[in-house]
Amino acid sequence: MSDVADRVKKIVVEHLGVEADKVVENANFIDDLGADSLDTVELVMAFEEEFNVEIPDDAAETIVTVGDAVRFLEKNAA
Amino acid sequence: MFDLTGRKALVTGATGGIGGSIARALHARGATVTLSGTRRAALDELASSLGERVHVVEANLADKDSVEALVPAAEAAMEGLDILVNNAGVTKDNLFMRMKDEEWDTVIAVNLTASFRLSRAAVKNMMRRRYGRIVNIGSVVGSTGNPGQGNYAASKAGLIGMTKALAAEVASRNITVNCVAPGFIESPMTDVLNEKQREGILGTIPMGRLGQGEEIASSVVYLASTEAAYVTGQTLHVNGGMAMF
Repeated sequence: MSDVADRVKKIVVEHLGVEADKVVENANFIDDLGADSLDTVELVMAFEEEFNVEIPDDAAETIVTVGDAVRFLEKNAA
Repeated sequence: MFDLTGRKALVTGATGGIGGSIARALHARGATVTLSGTRRAALDELASSLGERVHVVEANLADKDSVEALVPAAEAAMEGLDILVNNAGVTKDNLFMRMKDEEWDTVIAVNLTASFRLSRAAVKNMMRRRYGRIVNIGSVVGSTGNPGQGNYAASKAGLIGMTKALAAEVASRNITVNCVAPGFIESPMTDVLNEKQREGILGTIPMGRLGQGEEIASSVVYLASTEAAYVTGQTLHVNGGMAMF
């Protein structure tokens, strides 16, 4: 796993209180990890803080799995 | 009870009769307060009478950019924001059939849309901190209607609906959103009433008098306190009994 993936995973584990081994690339935040819609907003805010990047609303809506987040941040984070 | 020491509050319309009372009451309970309004001199005067733990941020809530800048400015000044009081409001009364679009638009913009934008901005960091209090100042006419106030009544009824929707969304994060709905309160807004209007109004108030700004402020203090943690999405009517729900 890349450095970005590790950091994303850590945030997801901390925020959603899920087992680390469940946070796999194709895990859907809502369907697989038990997040509610407010959790997904908070995850995006946490990613913004951790990676010092702004995630616009239209991009945030496309981030529905762990892999989506990793790919977006690898591409856009400094 | 109702100790607000260490809490950080933003009050819009702080130069108004009710807004000034709210700012004073929150401050007296120990909160740091950011006063916002359009009249700089009046804001500074209130700030100097309060002394410490006070900041001033001028804002014109009819202007989108000014609204968007307000919460970040208050958060920067106080290093956080725990309590948002959307108090600022304007009236532009006219008979419905004569009401101009701009009279409608201005009242909706200041009373409702600005409250939406300020709440949207404030709730973000409240979510992070897992704590927050938003108190929207409505009006009895938001529930009863009032001739000549189609725009004002709509804006205040809108606040009640917005309060409930946002309250439901953020309740799990220990953020409460409530509304205080004043009846007729002694303020510049009611000073313009003539004697006949005043008498007519008093006849509809079982308590037989207008309310005082302090009587609204104490309700805001309650809803802003940790003691009111289980109260959310509610509208607290403070009106001397003129309308009961």
